[in-house]
Amino acid sequence: MSKPLKQIHLAAHFPGVNNTTVWSDPRAGSHIEFSSFVRFAQTAERAKFDFLFLAEGLRLREQGGSIYDLDVVGRPDTFTVLAALAAVTDRLGLTGTINSTFNEPYEVARQFASLDHLSGGRAAWNVVTSWDAFTGENFRRGGFLPQGERYSRAREFLATANELFDSWHGDEIIADRAAGAFLRDAEAGAFVHQGQHFDIHGRFNVPRSPQGRPVVFQAGDSDEGREFAAADADAIFSRYSGLEEGRAFYTDVKSRLARYGRRHDQLLILPAATFVLGDTDTEARELAHEVRRQQVSGATALKHLEFVWNRDLSAYDPDGPLPEIDPDVSEEHIARGRAQVRMYRDPLATARAWRELAAAHHWSIRDLVIETGNRQAFVGTPDTVARTIDDFVQSDASDGFILVPHITPGGLDEFADKVVPLLQERGVFRTEYEGTTLRDHLGLAHPDDARDERAAS
Amino acid sequence: MSPTPSAPLHLAVALDGTGWHPASWREPVSRPGDLFTAGYWADLVAEAERGLLDLVTVEDGLGPQSSHLLDPDERTDQVRGRLDAVLIAARVAPLTRHIGLVPTVVATHTEPFHISKAIATLDHVSSGRAGLRVQISARPNEAAHFGRRVVPRIDAYDSPAAQEVLTDLFDEAADHVEVVRRLWDSWEDDAEIRDVATGRFIDRDKLHYIDFQGRFFSVRGPSITPRPPQGQPIVSALAHRTVPYRLVARQADLGYVIPHDAGQARAIVAEVRAEQQAAGRAEEFLHLFGDLVVFLDDDPAEAAARRDRLDTLAGQPYISDARIFTGTPAQLADLLEDLRAGGLTGFRLRPAVLGHDLPAITRGLVPELQRRGVFRHAYEADTLRGLLGLPRPAHRYTTATA
Ligand SMILES: Cc1cc2nc3c(=O)[nH]c(=O)nc-3n(C[C@H](O)[C@H](O)[C@H](O)COP(=O)(O)O)c2cc1C
Repeated sequence: MSKPLKQIHLAAHFPGVNNTTVWSDPRAGSHIEFSSFVRFAQTAERAKFDFLFLAEGLRLREQGGSIYDLDVVGRPDTFTVLAALAAVTDRLGLTGTINSTFNEPYEVARQFASLDHLSGGRAAWNVVTSWDAFTGENFRRGGFLPQGERYSRAREFLATANELFDSWHGDEIIADRAAGAFLRDAEAGAFVHQGQHFDIHGRFNVPRSPQGRPVVFQAGDSDEGREFAAADADAIFSRYSGLEEGRAFYTDVKSRLARYGRRHDQLLILPAATFVLGDTDTEARELAHEVRRQQVSGATALKHLEFVWNRDLSAYDPDGPLPEIDPDVSEEHIARGRAQVRMYRDPLATARAWRELAAAHHWSIRDLVIETGNRQAFVGTPDTVARTIDDFVQSDASDGFILVPHITPGGLDEFADKVVPLLQERGVFRTEYEGTTLRDHLGLAHPDDARDERAAS
Repeated sequence: MSPTPSAPLHLAVALDGTGWHPASWREPVSRPGDLFTAGYWADLVAEAERGLLDLVTVEDGLGPQSSHLLDPDERTDQVRGRLDAVLIAARVAPLTRHIGLVPTVVATHTEPFHISKAIATLDHVSSGRAGLRVQISARPNEAAHFGRRVVPRIDAYDSPAAQEVLTDLFDEAADHVEVVRRLWDSWEDDAEIRDVATGRFIDRDKLHYIDFQGRFFSVRGPSITPRPPQGQPIVSALAHRTVPYRLVARQADLGYVIPHDAGQARAIVAEVRAEQQAAGRAEEFLHLFGDLVVFLDDDPAEAAARRDRLDTLAGQPYISDARIFTGTPAQLADLLEDLRAGGLTGFRLRPAVLGHDLPAITRGLVPELQRRGVFRHAYEADTLRGLLGLPRPAHRYTTATA
């Protein structure tokens, strides 16, 4: 007997601040106005997607000492926009990236519990640690935590938030008018947490929400990040959308689960992925190339090269050869507030490899950035793309994808109209929502059931 | 600045749980089992909007409600637990069109950077109807929920030690609001240029570091969220005495005060206006609303009996910082006109039982005020600033480039 087909999970990442957004396209709308979010979310819900995803950055990115002006700049507050979206959608999950370094557990737990109540059980939290003191300058706590400590704070932050969520069991509110008893239990919400990062006690003031706890995502890639995910997350938002690297990541992370007494299916792997569709595969490839050229202007190419060189390269010609000088490997980096900085761990080796590649292919700086940068994960006809996504999921390169269209807010429409029906025909994607909560969509147990299960075993 | 005599009267309603009387949840009209659902709040705000009210405030706190001023209690006979007020406001924003949405935020334990972008976003999702009500927390138990600081215990409210603690908390709140306001202005309105020729999405010269350095914290900026539609959403605060009056005078567009009669109203208004002058804001329009708890019925005896009945259920008479009114809509209209003569520009009513007294306001009091020619017959503006007759403020950071 063949293995039953895995069901694919699909989500939509609102294309705001990132280097995939093609804001210069005439079809590109506002990434701030609420109508854009409504349109985007309603398309995702019409396509029966699992959830909508928002990233977060708490300081505007800078490079060479000035605010980075070549990509979309600016985004709304995560909780506020998700709560408003709960009013214009019915089933779509609402996933917000909220970092654990510049927030406090009592406040964040209240916000997620409130969002879960106000959305009828559709909240999810992508726990990130953010990166630097640069961001800290916007916050009272200031400062920065070294890598190891950021994850130790993240783990304790999440554990503390879980203690707060669990401080109500769900049966405390009886609202018995005749008896005059609103609460069954005077201690509802009582908690005490004492740890390295948080020493807090008192009473949590939001009753247990429909999902018990929000769904938890993790998005870091380091060893500490992967351990954190294996121990405590329901899903990972990863960057590996390629087949081989996807499989390697999948195997690595899932193999860590046993250590924490968790099953293979208790952690979903959902990489970010872009897509370009065409009537033929050739047309799609041409279109993808065009999109890449829109994403990577000459100025953008130079800025991208600066991540590796860590020097001002504005004097270089983006249509000319790569710089002959070596990267500056000093501690201080020219780019601040963005994730890519950490991607190139050995800049000297990267520079050498890129020079060789460029020489071999006669690539200019811009060609090189286009060819080596974030590639579109899925390019082809709707049929090709549906088949490829299905193959990736069935061969355990992922459990689904978080799609990042390059146009706001209409960039999802074509996928919803053309690819989703093909996945449904293949029997790998839902045609109707079966449940009402995000846990239902993702096939995750309710935390109370998990608790009962553990108690029974 | 003082209002003109012909100015219309403004009306707000303060939403809290099932109403302001602690036994209100036991009334048959109340929906205590729905308090933690979106539908409950959507229905209340829709009712307030049907009554053409200027705004609703949503109460909040970073700990459970309590019958003590500064300490938690162990009671089970009153509503305990509440949802985050900013999220409630955001959740109802797309379901309403005109009414202002003013959630409570606690300056003592929250980050001004987070608050600024949250209220800016509330303004974006409501197309210009956002405000905030800033509050301090002097509760040691709430400080223990955060563990970042110890709020000294206040014993006698009027002791010099207590005044020192409160002055610090309000000064910090003033800095909090200053940061929030600067962040709202940290993007000029036309900062987004989408200049395809140069590949620039924004003109970074139109974004500004706020570089706030204060006694309690410093914040660099700019905001991550573009300037909100109103430019500056409405900042409001409840104030009972000189120290909080100073916060209102320095930083607010709208203050809620608690006069018990017209004489007191006059005295409070004079004191706040003097503080406003001292703060160098004499020329700025500052609304002062009187807060009142209301039991409204067509028969005054009924309203009084309802209050007695609820007090009996609660086991003690209900007391409040604000004057408690029982009576008919016409009597309340008389009282509002009388208090207003003291220089108030509007009122924030606290319904004793939301399920009863909110519709009594929208369907009884409002038509009465309309008959008297002192309240609007239709919404005349799309933004909260517009409803309050406030202009959209100019941007505080000017670009030096010609
Ligand atoms: C795919 C992906 C998406 C991320 N998105 C965000 C984000 O939206 N906001 C944020 O502050 N950090 C984001 N991060 C950063 C991580 O949360 C983490 O702080 C960072 O990668 C450093 O941790 P690491 O060393 O484990 O990778 C993202 C990371 C990855 C891999």
